[in-house]
Amino acid sequence: MAALAAVLQSRSLGFPWLLRTWAGGARGAARGAAAGLHDYDLLVIGGGSGGLACAKEAAQLGRKVAVVDYVDPSPRGTRWGLGGTCVNVGCIPKKLMHQAALLGGMIQDARNYGWEVAQPILHDWRKMAEAVQNHVKSLNWGHRVQLQDRKVKYFNIKASFVDQHTVRGVTKGGKETLLSAEHIVIATGGRPKYPAHIEGALEYGITSDDIFWLKESPGKTLVVGASYVALECAGFLTGIGLDTTVMMRSIPLRGFDQQMSGLVTEHMVAHGTRFLKGCTASRVERLPSGQLQVTWKDLASGKEDMGTFDTVLWAIGRIPETRSLNLEKAGVNTNPDNQKILVNTQEATSVPHIYAIGDVAEGRPELTPTAIMAGKLLAQRLYGQSADLMDYDNVPTTVFTPLEYGCVGLSEEEAVARHGDDHVEVYHAYYKPLEFTVAERDASQCYIKMVCLREPPQLVLGLHFLGPNAGEVTQGFALGIKCGASYTQVMQTVGIHPTCAEEVAKLRISKRSGLDPTVTGC
Amino acid sequence: MKIPYFLLELDQTEPSLEGGASAMMPVEEYWLCLPASHIRPFVQTVRVMGACPPCCWFPMSLPPVPGPPRAPAGLRRSSHNAAPPPPPLPPPSSAPSPTAPACSSADPKLCPSPSTSACRQEKIVQSGMAYQDGSLQKLLKMNGLEDFPGPYDYDLIIIGGGSGGLAAAKATAKFNKKVMVLDYVTPTPQGTRWGLGGTCVNVGCIPKKLMHQAALLGQALKDSRDYGWNVNEKVKHDWEKMTEAVQNHIGSLNWGYRVALREKRVTYENAYGQFIGPHRVKTTNNKGKERIYTAERFLVATGERPRYLGIPGDKEYCISSDDIFSLPYCPGKTLVVGASYVALECAGFLAGFGLDVTVMVRSILLRGFDQEMAQKIGEHMEEHGIKFIKQFVPIKVEQIEAGTPGRLRVVAKSTRSDETIEGEYNTVLLAIGRDSCTRNLGLETVGVMINEKTGKIPVTDEEQTNVPYIYAIGDILEGKVELTPVAIQAGRLLAQRLYGGSTVLCDYENVPTTVFTPLEYGSCGLSEEKAIHKFGEENIEVYHSYFWPLEWTIPSRDNNKCYAKIICNIKDNERVVGFHLLGPNAGEVTQGFAAALKCGLTKQQLDNTIGIHPVCAEVFTTLSVTKRSGGSILQAGC
Repeated sequence: MAALAAVLQSRSLGFPWLLRTWAGGARGAARGAAAGLHDYDLLVIGGGSGGLACAKEAAQLGRKVAVVDYVDPSPRGTRWGLGGTCVNVGCIPKKLMHQAALLGGMIQDARNYGWEVAQPILHDWRKMAEAVQNHVKSLNWGHRVQLQDRKVKYFNIKASFVDQHTVRGVTKGGKETLLSAEHIVIATGGRPKYPAHIEGALEYGITSDDIFWLKESPGKTLVVGASYVALECAGFLTGIGLDTTVMMRSIPLRGFDQQMSGLVTEHMVAHGTRFLKGCTASRVERLPSGQLQVTWKDLASGKEDMGTFDTVLWAIGRIPETRSLNLEKAGVNTNPDNQKILVNTQEATSVPHIYAIGDVAEGRPELTPTAIMAGKLLAQRLYGQSADLMDYDNVPTTVFTPLEYGCVGLSEEEAVARHGDDHVEVYHAYYKPLEFTVAERDASQCYIKMVCLREPPQLVLGLHFLGPNAGEVTQGFALGIKCGASYTQVMQTVGIHPTCAEEVAKLRISKRSGLDPTVTGC
Repeated sequence: MKIPYFLLELDQTEPSLEGGASAMMPVEEYWLCLPASHIRPFVQTVRVMGACPPCCWFPMSLPPVPGPPRAPAGLRRSSHNAAPPPPPLPPPSSAPSPTAPACSSADPKLCPSPSTSACRQEKIVQSGMAYQDGSLQKLLKMNGLEDFPGPYDYDLIIIGGGSGGLAAAKATAKFNKKVMVLDYVTPTPQGTRWGLGGTCVNVGCIPKKLMHQAALLGQALKDSRDYGWNVNEKVKHDWEKMTEAVQNHIGSLNWGYRVALREKRVTYENAYGQFIGPHRVKTTNNKGKERIYTAERFLVATGERPRYLGIPGDKEYCISSDDIFSLPYCPGKTLVVGASYVALECAGFLAGFGLDVTVMVRSILLRGFDQEMAQKIGEHMEEHGIKFIKQFVPIKVEQIEAGTPGRLRVVAKSTRSDETIEGEYNTVLLAIGRDSCTRNLGLETVGVMINEKTGKIPVTDEEQTNVPYIYAIGDILEGKVELTPVAIQAGRLLAQRLYGGSTVLCDYENVPTTVFTPLEYGSCGLSEEKAIHKFGEENIEVYHSYFWPLEWTIPSRDNNKCYAKIICNIKDNERVVGFHLLGPNAGEVTQGFAAALKCGLTKQQLDNTIGIHPVCAEVFTTLSVTKRSGGSILQAGC
């Protein structure tokens, strides 16, 4: 025991305030000493991916855990159950609606493959939305059951700090509860941002918090923003046959590789999504017909223009849910620019026993799997005698635009910025998925690039894949990059024929060579 | 301006190819009637690799006499015709002569050179100098080989224009070498033939994946209703339309290959190639016209063709995977014989079109693959309406009625008893295995050793046969994986070693592959059985889980059918030695993991990798239940 404590203490050198945390962990091993002082060993604020993962892990390690979760209705009144953004208004419904849109494409393909499908084929939003919402509700239920199974106490209350160990919770009906815990994890996530300065924005617009819960089809839609949320929503709306326009101020998918982003939007344009580039909305009004009239300004020409839509969807970014937490009562510091909570590598905030994980934490990728892993690892460090830190490098992700974009590691820009143009070699290829041939689909944007160091063995810095099933393709390569894969090793991997992923193992044309990167034959 | 010219040229050649004008060269007879000189291999040719000391030749010094032949019985060459036992080894000859005692042919050109020439070539390969500085011919002369053709017509002649052969051809051409590709498709018993590109393009991966995709789209149509699309309830499938589309794509690929060869200045001849002597092949085109070419090196990449049962009615009435993809009519009620991946893939897509499909299996499914996975694939297929008749083999196929399709009666016998059963089908598809196309290449003439039993060619790590100037790649290799990308890799790397100074060998380890059954199966590394055999059961840890693809939740289908399994070597830091996945897009998922396996992936690294949400592949980042533990792996929530 003493040896363990010594190890733990030595590990936390340089973080003097962490000693207490570790001591707590060690004490925890002697079971239940903390429960006398506080109601709970661990209190998790926010029942999203990260919070639930952390709570369940801590409970499994024998701790007394509570989760508080509360969904403030959106300005349009949309609310949902336990599980957070991913389950309710994020990954899950978006991927399902993306799938609905993909199926629309497959129905068209099917004719080329010999299936006799009666035309025209219309899409019924209500039916889809109901199916998606039912699935989400089943997941909400599943999360409740899981918490119960693991004896995690769940409160549907809105939390704010009273002091460093105490949180006040208020129910929907206004009833107050006080909860205290030795450790507190903030995992409240974020919510879509509204452009408050635009007249009519709040009144008439919706966000991604609403779109998946609409009972009726949104009809002709204007999506404002160039985030992946914006492009994904515009993509599936177009795919199910709706007239969709994206209005963006500057560049699409900021932070992602810009060549790939360009191809993503190019593909969307080719498949019917309209783009208003370099434009900002200035006003939304409701017409007597019930439609919305949007006025915008073209930034280049300074000219104003107008259009009518049935729905205006804001997807201009997200803000962390920190404002109502009374963080100052606990002394938790945030970044004044974006209100995100400042954390160290241990996920600890400025108050050593208060942690923050997921979208609410400063500098973290806003992704479900990172929040889940961060939550699990945190619980293991707190109660499981582990010292493993979360590694936020090389986190793979996928944008579910109509042509999916999977990536891991550095963008080409970032690689060049870090290593210099002379030290970066980019291998790339335009390829045609086999399934596209018979379906007579255009594959102009199916593109892969691997960003490597130029010096042998040419360590892989980043992989970017644009094509069907990009997420499935990217996952394994993400692992390869984690294992320190070199270009040579990837090239020595035998392809699986005929797949799209095999093209990654066949990237032989470097950008520097200037040769045509179009894959021919097989 | 180039293309019309090219079109014109192809127009002249293709119709004769497709027209079935095999009258000049009746296929069956051609296969079976070998010239007398081919009947018996020459004794010299039975020597195993390495019998020739590497330093056995140099100017003026003759090779030491090789020891007695060490060829194991299983490796002895024999042709289809009953070959007389090889005569005793001739006395050591210090002066190899063109009229070697064993040569029975009147044509001296048909006599193989003594094996010493092989050693010579090996040396040339190694030094790479003799040929370049023109001293080769001098050297040959000095060794008394006046009849040795030279200079050669080609640097490399490749027999077989499939994936491997074409890859090697294109890679070799890059080094400004003179390359010729010989490709000839012997029609199937049903008369099916096809163009350049080999099995993968014409009767393998490409058409099967497209038909698999067609079947998947049938499922997509069903799913789409749950996703809000008002697709009519009764959707019919038009076999002819699909087949035409698939064949059109294949046609474009055949064309693409010809263009590619043309662009790379590779000579292509649509003719059957056979060795008739050292460094010498005879080609026979479909009009029976023969030509003779010489080359410094040869690459045999002839691949394999489907096996027949050898029972009454099989060649007359059954089809194989060589026929199914271009079948001009819907096969109707089909019996698929065999349990290979070819059998299961074909059964899978046929059932996907709504056809009544039965699979007749002699023993186990997917021999060589992880048997747990194989069993799950079988179960899934059964649940989706495919019937299995296990432990039966057909003994007779009779025609009840001709037609497109006709009606066939199949009599099958139990493998355990004398019980026989009968069934009526429109189509019987044989998928019981494939045989190497190595027995009618005149390999015995030049002394290339093949495995008598399997017809496969043993090669060195450099893909070299026992005759050093003859190489072999692809499906005909003994003990190697039969996969297009492997053949391509091997062909390309071989060209780079032969002509580009490379030393990189083709790595046949950890080759990933995917079986495109309705539920796709991707794998890389060892099966559980092999891992247990190699490391011992106590030294492996198997992590596994079922999973439910998000996309399948809305149509609410096939929960707890998709399955992920990894096999780790406990003693080696839980290094992942086997990767197995049953689920949609298994090929797409497996590829990246194969790259990771190449990099020595451990379980710890898997656990530390962040998933991509929500995709199927992320299941591998959260595997926590070991098989040993017996813990539940049924899907529960997200």
